[in-house]
Amino acid sequence: MPTPPPDAPPRRGRPRRRLTLGTREALWAYAFLLLPLAFYGFLRIYPAVQSFNLSLHRWHVDPAQRTFLGLTYYREMLSDPKLHRALTNTLLYAAIIVPAQLVLGLTIAVLLDAVRRLRPLFRAIYFSPYVTPAAAVAWVWGWMYSVNFGVFNNALIAWSDFVTRVGLPWLSIPPQAFLSDPKQALPAVAAVVVWQQLGFQVVIFLAGLQGIPRMFYDAAAIDGAGALQRFRYVTLPLLNPVMVFSVVISTIATLQLFDQVVNINFTDQGGPLNSTLSIALYMYQLAFSRFQIGYASAVTVLLFVLILVVTLLQLRLLQRRVEY
Amino acid sequence: MIDLETFGEARQRPNAGTVVAYVLLAVGSVVMFFPFVWMLLSAFKPIREIFQLTVLPHVWTLQNFRQVLFQTAFPRWFLNSLVVAGISTVSVLFFCSLVGYTLTRLRFPGRNAIFLIILSTLMVPTEMLVIPWYVMSTQYGWVNTYWGLAFPGLIPAFGVFLMRQFFQTLPRDLFDAGRVDGVSEFGLFWRIGLPLVRPGLAALGIFNFVGNWNAFLWPLIIAKSPAMRTVPVGVALFSGEASTQWNLIMAASALAIVPVLLVFFVFQRQIIEGVVLTGVKG
Amino acid sequence: MKRWLVGLALAASVSVGFVGLAQKTTITYWQYAYDTRVQAMDQLIQQFEQANPDITVKQETFPYNAYQQQVAASLPAGQGADVVQLYYGWLDTWLRSGYVEALPSQYFDTAALDSAFIPMVQAAKRNGQYYGLPTAVRSLALFYNKDMFKAAGIDGPPATWDQFVQDAKALTKKSGPRFTQVGFGIAPNGQGHNLLREVLIRQFGGQPYSADGTQVAYDSEAGLKAFEFYTGLVTKDQVAVLNFVPGDNGYRDGFIQLQNIAMIVDGSFAIGSVKAGAQFDWGVAEIPTLANGVKSDFGSFWMNGLTPNAFKDPAKLEAASKFLQFVTSPDAMKLWLNVVGELPARASLVDDPSLASDPVYGPFIKSLAYSHATQFVDETAQRQVFMDAVNRVVLEHQDPAAVWSQAAKEEQAILDKAQTP
Repeated sequence: MPTPPPDAPPRRGRPRRRLTLGTREALWAYAFLLLPLAFYGFLRIYPAVQSFNLSLHRWHVDPAQRTFLGLTYYREMLSDPKLHRALTNTLLYAAIIVPAQLVLGLTIAVLLDAVRRLRPLFRAIYFSPYVTPAAAVAWVWGWMYSVNFGVFNNALIAWSDFVTRVGLPWLSIPPQAFLSDPKQALPAVAAVVVWQQLGFQVVIFLAGLQGIPRMFYDAAAIDGAGALQRFRYVTLPLLNPVMVFSVVISTIATLQLFDQVVNINFTDQGGPLNSTLSIALYMYQLAFSRFQIGYASAVTVLLFVLILVVTLLQLRLLQRRVEY
Repeated sequence: MIDLETFGEARQRPNAGTVVAYVLLAVGSVVMFFPFVWMLLSAFKPIREIFQLTVLPHVWTLQNFRQVLFQTAFPRWFLNSLVVAGISTVSVLFFCSLVGYTLTRLRFPGRNAIFLIILSTLMVPTEMLVIPWYVMSTQYGWVNTYWGLAFPGLIPAFGVFLMRQFFQTLPRDLFDAGRVDGVSEFGLFWRIGLPLVRPGLAALGIFNFVGNWNAFLWPLIIAKSPAMRTVPVGVALFSGEASTQWNLIMAASALAIVPVLLVFFVFQRQIIEGVVLTGVKG
Repeated sequence: MKRWLVGLALAASVSVGFVGLAQKTTITYWQYAYDTRVQAMDQLIQQFEQANPDITVKQETFPYNAYQQQVAASLPAGQGADVVQLYYGWLDTWLRSGYVEALPSQYFDTAALDSAFIPMVQAAKRNGQYYGLPTAVRSLALFYNKDMFKAAGIDGPPATWDQFVQDAKALTKKSGPRFTQVGFGIAPNGQGHNLLREVLIRQFGGQPYSADGTQVAYDSEAGLKAFEFYTGLVTKDQVAVLNFVPGDNGYRDGFIQLQNIAMIVDGSFAIGSVKAGAQFDWGVAEIPTLANGVKSDFGSFWMNGLTPNAFKDPAKLEAASKFLQFVTSPDAMKLWLNVVGELPARASLVDDPSLASDPVYGPFIKSLAYSHATQFVDETAQRQVFMDAVNRVVLEHQDPAAVWSQAAKEEQAILDKAQTP
C-alpha cells in the first residue's frame, strides 16, 4: 500500500515559489519516511529505551515495585568474570566468523557466477543450510562432532590407521573432543555458524554481482583485462556497497550470536566451562532462567554500545561513495 | 531470451578455470549438503533408527509425516506461519525499499542521522524487547492475533540497509533524467528505481521469509492460544522434559522447508531476471 | 484441518458462553505442554467446573524448554496465569521478582499442610509460609537394562557402589581409542548434580548445606570423597563418558533408544518415556549405597503457585485458591498418578502398600522416605557450579581437591548474594 504523501506539492495551478527544488525533495523524503519512522520510534526505539531503563532498576514483575538502583548493575559488570569471558568469546566469534563468511561467500558467489550448467542446483545446495531449522542443525552437527561416534573422528582414526600402515605413524592424529574440549569448542561452534550463514552471504553477493552492468566487463575486456584484473578493478569496486552490507550485517549478527550456541550444546549452554558462552546467551540466561532482568538489561546496553562502536568504525572504514 | 552469462565461461569451449570452478563447487556441495540430506532422510526413519548413525533408512516410513500432519496441529501452525511470513514479506519489500531509496536517492537534512538511527535498532537484541512489546500488546489487544505475531518484523532495519546499498549502485543520471521528464518523486522510486534493484529485492524477500519462518521467542510469547502457534513454537512441543521426539522434529522440519525453498526458487529467478534488466538499461 | 475447525468451534462456543454468564469468575492456569499432563489437567478442570459452576478455568500450555522464558516475559504485563506451575527449585528467583505470592492464610492452613504432605514439600516454604503445593513428586532411582546385564553375566542390580562400579566395568566396551558402550550414563546437567549434591555427599557422611541452607557445607573430607567418586567414574573407573550420546536427553536416549548405556540414575518422571520407548527388558532399583548402608535420595516436584494476578480481586483469589486446593487434593493425585504416572505428594497416599510393591514405582516410593529436596536460591547458577567442577576435573584434568574447594566458594557466593536484599 503506497503512502500518498500528505504534503504533496501541487503539480499544476499556482506555482509555489517558496519551495526550492531542494526543499521539495526534502519534503518528499520526509513524507516517504513518515510511516516507517513512526514504526521505528514506537515499536523499536521506545521499547529499547524502556528496556535500557530497566537496567537502572531492580527487576520486579510489578512496575510499581521496581526500585531505582542507579548504576549498580554497571558496576557489577566490571567484576563479573563470566561476563568478561562472554565478551572475549563474542569478539573471538566475530574475528573468526565475519572474515570467513566474507571470503567464502564471495568465492562461492564468483564460482557460481562462472558456471552455467547445474547453477540452480548448486545455488540451492549452498543455500540449504541457511533454511534448515536450528534444532535439526544442532542435532546433525552434534552427532558429527561426537567424540565416540562422529564422522570427524571416524576420519581421523581411518587416517591414523592408514599412515601407521604405510610407516609414517608420526603423521597420525588422535581422536579429538571438539565440542567437549574447552579449547576447541568455540572454533567448532564458529564453523557451524559459518556453514549455516554462508547461504545468506552467497545470495547477497550473487545479487550484487548480477547488479553490475555488463558494459563494465565488456569495456574492461576491450582494454585487454584478464579475468583476475576484471575481478580486481570492476567486480570489487562495484561490489563495495554490497560488501559493506555483508560485513556490517554479519558483524552485527555475530555479536548477537545466540541460536547456534544455545542449540548445539543444549545440556551445558555456553559450555563447557563457558568456552562457547556469547554475550547474547548470557543475557538470555540472566533474564529468562534467572529472572535477573535488570542486570540482563545492563548487559544489553553494553552489547548495544559494543555493536554501535564496531559498526560506526566499519562504516567509516569500508564505505566509499560509488556514484557514476 | 537474452544471454545470461556474465563472465568466465564461454559457451562452446569450457576453459580450465571453469573446470576448476565445477570441481570446487562440487567438493563444497558435499560439505554443505550432507547435514541437510541427513536431516531430510531422518524424517523417513523410525525413531530408533534416527539414533543409529546410518545415512539411508533401513526401513522407509511415512509414519512420522502422518503423525505430524494428522495427529498434531501442524497444518494450523503451518498456515499461521504462512500468513505471518506473507504479511511481513509484502510490507518489507515495499517499506524497506522505499526507505532505502529515500536514504540514498533523495537529499535532505538529517539523512545520515536517520539512517544511523534506523540501523541502531538492529543493535538491540530483540530478546530484550519482548517484555515491553508484550505489555503493549496486552494494552492494545494484539495478543493472539496475526498483527501481534507480525508487527515486530514489518520494516526490519537490515532490509532498509540492504536496499540502501543496492540503490547506491544505481547511476544518478537515471533519476535526474526522470525528473527532467516530469516523473513524480514516487514514480521515480516505483517505476525507475525498483525495477533496477530486483536482485536486491529478491535477496531481501528470501531472507525476510526465512527469518520470519524461523522466529521463535516472540511468537511463543504472543501466541497464548494453541490456534495461534507458528511452526517453530509448535515444533518445540516435540521436546519434552524426559524425551525429544526427533522423528517428529525431523519430519516437521522437512515439511517446513518446502515453502522456504519455493520462495527461494521464485525469488532467485528474479535475481536472474534482474540481470536482464540492468543489462539492458546499463 | 479437522483439528483447527474443532478448535474454531470450541473458541466460538467458549466466547458465547462467556457472554452469557458475565458474573462467572474466570481463572487461567499455566503449565508446560506434555500430552498426559494436559489431559490430566483437562479432566481435573472438568471435575472442578462441575463442582463449581460459577468458576471457569482456562488452561494454557507452553513448550517445556521455553516455559520459564514465556512466564518471565508475559507476567509483567499484568495478565495471564492466576495459578501457575513451577519447578520448586525456581521458587527463590521467582519470589525475588514477585512472580509468585504466598498462599493466602484464609484458604490454606500451614500446620495442616505440614502434616498432610510428605516432608520434602517443605521446600515450597519460605519464612513459614507455603508458596505452592505439588500434585506429584519425583525421586531418583537406578534404571538398568536387564538384557545387557544378562549378556554380561550379572544377576541383578547393584546394591552397593562398589558392586555398581564392578558391574559398570563389565558393561563398558571399547573399540580402539573410543567407547562403543558404557556401563553408566553420566549426566551432570541431568540428574547428576542432584545425585552428587543430595545422595553421594550424604552417603559419604557429609552434608551439602548447613541446616538453615545459607552455608555450603560440602567442602569437607566427605564431600571431596563424594566428588572424587563421581568424577572417578569417568577418570579412574572409566565406566562413563560425558556427552556419550549427544542431545539434550543424551544419557536417556542412550539407555532407551541406542541401548549402549546399561545404567542411568533418573527421575520418576522418566518412567513414561522408558515404558514407551524401551524395547528390551529393564528394571528399576533403589540407588546403591556405600558399605555403611546410608540411604539418601534427591526429591523434587513441580508445584502450583498463585501469581499476583490472582490477588487482584477477592472473587478471583477465592476461585484460584479453591482450584489450587482441588488440584492438590488426594483425588487429583490419584488421577494424576493414573494418567501421568507421577507419584503422589500426600503422606496418606505414599504409604499405600500396593504402590510400594510395584516393581517400577516401588523403588521410587520407598526412596521418598529418605529424599531431600535442595533449597535452591538460583537453581541455574548452582547447577552450573557443579557442572563446571566436574568439567574441570574430567576435561581439564585439574586437581579434584582444589576444584571442589573452588566450587564451594563459587556456590557460597551465590548463596550470599541471595541473602543480601
